[in-house]
Amino acid sequence: MSTDTESHDDAHTEEWFASAKKIYPMATHGLFRRIKWTLLFITLGIYYFLPFIRFDRGPNAPDQAVLVDMVHKRAYFFFIEIWPQEVYYLTGLLILAAVALFLMNAVAGRIWCGYLCPQTVWTDMFLWIERKIEGDRRDRINLDKEPWTFGKVRKRVTKHFFWLMIAWWTGGAWVLYFNDAPTLVWQLLTFEAPLVAYVWIAILTATTYLLAGFMREQVCIYMCPWPRIQAALTDEKALNVTYRWDRGEPRGSLKQNKKLMEQGLPAGDCVDCYQCFQVCPTGVDIRKGMQLDCIQCGLCIDACDNIMTKVGKPTGLIAYDTDENIQRRIEGKEPVYEIVRPRTVIYAGLIVLVSAIMMFALLTRDFADISVLHDRNPVFVEQSDGTVRNGYTVRLSNKRQHPRSFMLNIEGMPPNTRMEAVGVETTFAGRPIIEVGPDTTREVRILVTSPPWEKMPASTPVTFRITDSVMGEVVTAKDNFKAPEKP
Amino acid sequence: MADTHDKEIDRISGVETTGHEWDGLKELNNPLPRWWLYSFYACIVWAAVYWVLYPSWPLISSYTTGVLGANQRTEAIAAFDEGVAGRSEFADKIIATSLEDISHDQELLQFAQANGQAAFGDNCAPCHGSGATGAEGYPNLQDDTWLWGGTLDDIHTTLLYGIRSDHDEARIGEMPAFGRDELLTRKEVAEVANFVASKAGVETEDGVDLAAGQVLYDDNCAACHGENLEGIQEVGAPSLMSANYLYGNSLDDIKAQIHAPRNGVMPAWVDRLDPATIKSLTVYVHSFGGGQ
Repeated sequence: MSTDTESHDDAHTEEWFASAKKIYPMATHGLFRRIKWTLLFITLGIYYFLPFIRFDRGPNAPDQAVLVDMVHKRAYFFFIEIWPQEVYYLTGLLILAAVALFLMNAVAGRIWCGYLCPQTVWTDMFLWIERKIEGDRRDRINLDKEPWTFGKVRKRVTKHFFWLMIAWWTGGAWVLYFNDAPTLVWQLLTFEAPLVAYVWIAILTATTYLLAGFMREQVCIYMCPWPRIQAALTDEKALNVTYRWDRGEPRGSLKQNKKLMEQGLPAGDCVDCYQCFQVCPTGVDIRKGMQLDCIQCGLCIDACDNIMTKVGKPTGLIAYDTDENIQRRIEGKEPVYEIVRPRTVIYAGLIVLVSAIMMFALLTRDFADISVLHDRNPVFVEQSDGTVRNGYTVRLSNKRQHPRSFMLNIEGMPPNTRMEAVGVETTFAGRPIIEVGPDTTREVRILVTSPPWEKMPASTPVTFRITDSVMGEVVTAKDNFKAPEKP
Repeated sequence: MADTHDKEIDRISGVETTGHEWDGLKELNNPLPRWWLYSFYACIVWAAVYWVLYPSWPLISSYTTGVLGANQRTEAIAAFDEGVAGRSEFADKIIATSLEDISHDQELLQFAQANGQAAFGDNCAPCHGSGATGAEGYPNLQDDTWLWGGTLDDIHTTLLYGIRSDHDEARIGEMPAFGRDELLTRKEVAEVANFVASKAGVETEDGVDLAAGQVLYDDNCAACHGENLEGIQEVGAPSLMSANYLYGNSLDDIKAQIHAPRNGVMPAWVDRLDPATIKSLTVYVHSFGGGQ
């Protein structure tokens, strides 16, 4: 092993065992900062205000546009209503989200991490408050070193107060998705809300306060699995926040590099001002190349562009670029950008396919359901007149917002089979007409009796069919009619 | 290990060492995190408060009860009472509604069936079976054979007062012990048994005078079991027309029953279960499908 490698290993060992250093991100301004503010307003706006949007579903259902009603076991999203047994729509949504994440990654690396991830968005907001109260990077570093004076206590108390307020609102908005929002807000104000609401608000207040106020980049670096997965998924054609070291190196102060240039020696554009490092919310020096800690938020691009403009050099020393282009520039070739390539096409195709399947399933889904449970004890009952009776527990579901009546029919039995629904009076040609209330289910005990002296086989496959007497919707379920084994 | 070491600072982590060294490995002096330490102290305080408030320390023959008087038995009883109170809304409706109306009201029917099912499992299943199919000597409640009638009212009366129970209102019907009490001779018992068996489709013995059996039947049995063996529900005399007998279907079983009948007992439930539960049981049993 060469001495070189050893010293390299040693450097890493020191890094591993060193304590984490507190990061004081500096404010910056520019295109990516504006994009981040815009997305922050949109995403948090949706999060905090969506529960208050109303959507009229008629008298038998809640009028909240987005609502997960745990008590009544229904989930509402505008015109869609999901029952617990339809939770596969949620699975589909999660698959879509995963593939969308892969597509984002194939196009431009960790845009999720940099702009949309709740951890990033809330941390950004918490940092903004911190900056407003305690000042920018240098002030905050100094404040940390200061002894505890009245001024310092006042700043700290104010900061934590606002942090806790936002954290509280975050938890407060969360519970609004599970209850009628205006009612719950009123209950919270008058301290009459259910205990579980307070518990969830407390939990989410605590997580928001801790994760966005204290843990910040530690969450991205040590807790989140996505950086690891992302590193395995990315390729050389994906856009990443990149330092153009072919242009920047050798770095040096403005004066030093000017001198070098006058001597006809190579001099890079990087003025080694450390602005890119100081604005970074995860404390990364982007000039070291792509790294796990970098969430690719683009703030270093803004910081560098501002400096480049000031010193009168072209912007884009740090920019979104691909690994492939870095290589090409070294070889003196023109950079190429291939957003449309097999990987992105496949991901986009998958998104279209999964969306299409989900849409199809949603548009063609049944609004009624039947499930049949055969009696297990006894399986059949022999009667004195030679007939055999089977009992079934049948559950009918009506997913419409108005009451419906269904005609129950059994197929596969010999003629003159009798069917009775316990407690149901109305029949049509011997078939029970079962009424089911709006958006609910009804369980009915169904008794099926074979014709007298008909020799039934040990098992007869039968089909239960319900027909909506108005709309004609038909749903079926299969079961068996059991009779004694013939000797 | 010496305590009087100079404070040595570890080069890499910047943390002071304890001065302990094993084979060149030095122990860093990282104190417990403050939050952990304070949580620990808080737990100790919590424990002390808990000892005062709740039952905690075992004594020789009892335990410290705590000033709050907390007791799991009291809590369980309170929860049970709460459950009864919670059911009372439906229970009151069940009591106020006729049996016929209960079985036609979707909500009440559902409650009665659920309530009846639970009560059946607790009280009836030991004899009638968990599926209500009965056993030898214990009637099957699923089929359409009823000794004392299968209408809602009949079932309700049977449940309330029982059969041959010690309740004054009990259904009473006793078959005489024709053989044991020497009302019939052994030969006569065989003859009447073979006659009944021939009518019910049970295999008979060879060389028995069935005509004599019929005469004996008309004289001794028809009063209760009917001229055509159809049975009379008012006295609990079962139909003998088909081999669906409570005490067995073989010729020997029939002979045994004529010789020295077993007269099974169903207890009266009126003093054991509340009226709502008995009504629920009635509706539940009736809804098996065999009800008339």
